[in-house]
Amino acid sequence: MAIVAAAERPAVASRLAAALRDAAGTALLALGLAVPILALRIDVNINNQPILRPRWDYVAIAVGLAFAARLAHLLVRPTLTARTARPQPAAPTAVRARLGQALSLVGIALLILYPLIVLELVGQAGAVKWIDNFGVQILIYVMLGWGLNIVVGLAGLLDLGYAAFYAVGAYSTALLSENLGFGFWLCLPLAGIFAALWGIMLGFPVLRLRGDYLAIVTLAFGEIIRLVLINWVPVTNGYAGISGIPRPSFFGLPFNASDEGFAAFFGFEFSPLHRTIFLFYVILALALLTNWVTLRLRRLPIGRAWEALREDEVACRSLGINTTSTKLTAFAIGAGFGGFAGSFFAARQGFISPESFTFMESAVVVAIVVLGGMGSQLGVAVAAVAMIGGTELLRELDWLKDVFGPDFDPTQYRMLLFGLAMVLVMLWKPRGLIGTRSPSIHLRERRAVKAGLVKEGHG
Amino acid sequence: MSAADPLLAVEHLTMRFGGLIAIDDLSFTAARGEITALIGPNGAGKTTVFNCATGFYKPSSGRLVLSHGGRPATDEIDVLTESGRRWGITPAGPVFLLERMPDHEVAARAKVARTFQNIRLFSGMTVLENLIVAQHNPLMLASGWTVLGLIGARRYATAERAAVERARYWLDQIGLGDRADDAAGELPYGAQRRLEIARAMCTEPQLLCLDEPAAGLNPRETARLTELLLSIRRAHSLSILLIEHDMSVVMEISDHVVVLDYGQKIADGSPDAVRNDPRVVAAYLGVEDREVDKVEAEIAE
Amino acid sequence: MEYFLQQLINGLTLGSIYGLIAIGYTMVFGIIGMVNFAHGDVFMLSTFIALIILMVLTQVIGITPLALALFIVLIAAMLLTSLWAWAIERLAYRPLRGSFRLAPLISAIGMSIFLSNLVQVTQGPRYKPAPTIASEVITLFQGADYSVTVSQKQILIVAVTAVLLAGFWYLVQFTAIGRAQRACEQDRKMAALLGVNVNATISLTFVLGAALAAVAGLMFMIYYGVVHFNDGFVPGVKAFTAAVLGGIGSLPGAVLGGLLIGLIETLWSAYFSIDYKDVATFSILAITLVFLPSGLLGKPEVEKV
Repeated sequence: MAIVAAAERPAVASRLAAALRDAAGTALLALGLAVPILALRIDVNINNQPILRPRWDYVAIAVGLAFAARLAHLLVRPTLTARTARPQPAAPTAVRARLGQALSLVGIALLILYPLIVLELVGQAGAVKWIDNFGVQILIYVMLGWGLNIVVGLAGLLDLGYAAFYAVGAYSTALLSENLGFGFWLCLPLAGIFAALWGIMLGFPVLRLRGDYLAIVTLAFGEIIRLVLINWVPVTNGYAGISGIPRPSFFGLPFNASDEGFAAFFGFEFSPLHRTIFLFYVILALALLTNWVTLRLRRLPIGRAWEALREDEVACRSLGINTTSTKLTAFAIGAGFGGFAGSFFAARQGFISPESFTFMESAVVVAIVVLGGMGSQLGVAVAAVAMIGGTELLRELDWLKDVFGPDFDPTQYRMLLFGLAMVLVMLWKPRGLIGTRSPSIHLRERRAVKAGLVKEGHG
Repeated sequence: MSAADPLLAVEHLTMRFGGLIAIDDLSFTAARGEITALIGPNGAGKTTVFNCATGFYKPSSGRLVLSHGGRPATDEIDVLTESGRRWGITPAGPVFLLERMPDHEVAARAKVARTFQNIRLFSGMTVLENLIVAQHNPLMLASGWTVLGLIGARRYATAERAAVERARYWLDQIGLGDRADDAAGELPYGAQRRLEIARAMCTEPQLLCLDEPAAGLNPRETARLTELLLSIRRAHSLSILLIEHDMSVVMEISDHVVVLDYGQKIADGSPDAVRNDPRVVAAYLGVEDREVDKVEAEIAE
Repeated sequence: MEYFLQQLINGLTLGSIYGLIAIGYTMVFGIIGMVNFAHGDVFMLSTFIALIILMVLTQVIGITPLALALFIVLIAAMLLTSLWAWAIERLAYRPLRGSFRLAPLISAIGMSIFLSNLVQVTQGPRYKPAPTIASEVITLFQGADYSVTVSQKQILIVAVTAVLLAGFWYLVQFTAIGRAQRACEQDRKMAALLGVNVNATISLTFVLGAALAAVAGLMFMIYYGVVHFNDGFVPGVKAFTAAVLGGIGSLPGAVLGGLLIGLIETLWSAYFSIDYKDVATFSILAITLVFLPSGLLGKPEVEKV
């Protein structure tokens, strides 16, 4: 026993040495990459002349991070894989299914209670941040993710212009209320219908395209819509955007301090929190509706045809499935949910401008769908919470200012870390967090389909 | 050769890809209730004929007439062709001009189902799901184009139960009854071939086009396949058009053989007649044309 | 007429820049069938690298002959940008090769977000002015009320582009490197069996694409006189449009497409509406992909059943 341990020690030491050498190489590479862009910052002097300001501390931090990350990766990874390689006893399928159902019920219950829990924990003052910035913000992305999941995850059509439908929903709400005086509850369904119509219009020409080409054309359409919103000033007010969009009312009761307001009607003391909490429930209901419809559609012929389309389009056609209308319904329904979300977004903000509908927005939603695991409703929700919640959490890292000085603003690094996380999650799990597929129908028992068998579609 | 009641009549079919002529003025018929085999060396254009007959390719010229019911009179078909429509109802039954129809319509209306040389299953869906997807069109109707299904109408639930029953029947036929809930991609190769045939059968076709169904199968699986095909034909009054390289399969099950070489028909007849045709032997063994002429001359003598 | 001629000159200058970037897209797509989404941001990165090196040379070291300084900047920017592209391919794309098809695309989008934000965080969100270089204007001829001019930098841009493209053409057409590249394009597995180092060849493709993007970056910096962290996305999409228009996978197509996009953009701005010039480019992208997916010089693809 002692002999074995003694023999193991040099092995561990040599592994450590090798890892250190490797990490040193990575650090050297990081140095080469960091020096040209991090070491010197271009600033502008009073005469508007460019000057250079050395920032070698940035280089040192970058190199140090690269070294540490590589070393940790090399030393931790083998231990991790050894642990996961061990066979895990699988619970019987029926039990697991029951467990899943119970978990989702608990989850929904928790979501319904969330505003009350937050109020209890942080009180009135801090609640707005946790309900609005966290709750509402994340739920908007969950809904967008679920909507796009129909197009990307189920039908296998990669759409990089989803923000366009979000924009159509938001702008139709803004314009309908501004010009025709419609309220939110009338605008909401109309916004969904308009977005769905746009989905069909944009869907038509791109149906023949496959793969990355489809992705690029949808990106182009998304950008065209945004550029039109910017330049069509008489209607959209350009960059300045549209403000004064009416807020949702509670069955006709507005959330204000007036005598006809929500608070007065129910005899509460007026608080802006009421509206925030109400908005939370509205988006929660919209998101759950999206989820319910999607789950239902998956068990209908149309949903099965979407998935079959993702698996093999030629085989679909040989079975008499009209792939054109199948793709268009996927586009339309996905776009419709995007339109609902956009309408809600407009009403929540009260103000919209083209800035909210950039390509970045589409990329974030696509990332959520792919990172979550295409087609998996739970995966998409988890990814939205992790990616949006994670970046929102950076706002909470003010203590870092004590470490890096008062100039340090962690929120600056939001999108930087978002991009990095996209790459890392793909490297770690190329098929997303939940890659397995749950069948839509079964004879004896429902067994998840292995990730490797599920195709990702041609388009 | 039983041209009395052709289900599919291929007339002067020509298919060009750029300058290449893949099929050159090909005419043949596939009789109702029979198994017609399409054979020929690699690159002879067999799969191209399939793709034209199933709507995946638009032929450069020619006509493909498929008639349900019985053979309509020639002038009725000509009237339909003149009218520019894709199909019509004649006293004998509905007639379809396949060269005018898009692929999914050929499958849905003309009731032509097919399999593929390189198996095309929905590998990430279960065996059962594959068979349910094949019944898409009737189920879509039953679900009221999704609307009724979404609100949970009983009509759809009934239709889905019937679809599952049909799937179960075909699973028993192909011997995969116990694997309904496995992913199609997990099945062994021979089972995938059979599943593809069962999936095609779930569309309730009049004509089943099989593209090399025995390719890659071992002798036992091949025997099982021929048995399956013969039993399907008996039980479902089905006509089969078959591309196959395995001559034992062709000779055993087909009623009628058409031989293609370089896009042209070189023989057409019963399996025995084709087997002894010198031109067929020459095409398969790669003999020069001159020698074929010589052999033919010898036979003529 | 004079006005048109002037727009032609401006369009060709802009087009050479797009053409240089487009080659990177087209080569990578040709060899691994992937849209390298981060390529536009690699180009943006190179504009910053070029500006920083130029300032180090002129302000810190004090190299006075501007031509010499620019030459050093060109070489150094090409090398350093290539290092970035090599590292990106090695870390973010190679591990995903042969995996799920969407994974490399998402990884590339992530990389694109990472790069633009890295530059924003480290260099700041403001436009950075570059020193004015070679801005003397030569009047080609004097029209009745409009004179056609060409600036030194326009000549510089077109000349450098032409020379480097010629060298690049030689490299991929007549050397072992180019042969290995084309072999991998046709059939990666077979190329590997025949002894081509596939990984090295793919890395080299990224490096070459980035080197040309760095040339474009330097030219862009000289031409516009400013650099900005967000100037990767739109030029990137335009260059990608150029690659698609020319026929993706085709090198002459990329250059031709670049010139066409440059011309279309300039003429559109000159005669129709400068506000909608990007709409025009994006529309061309969509129209080409929908109606002419194999582009002007590409090979058509037949659907196999």
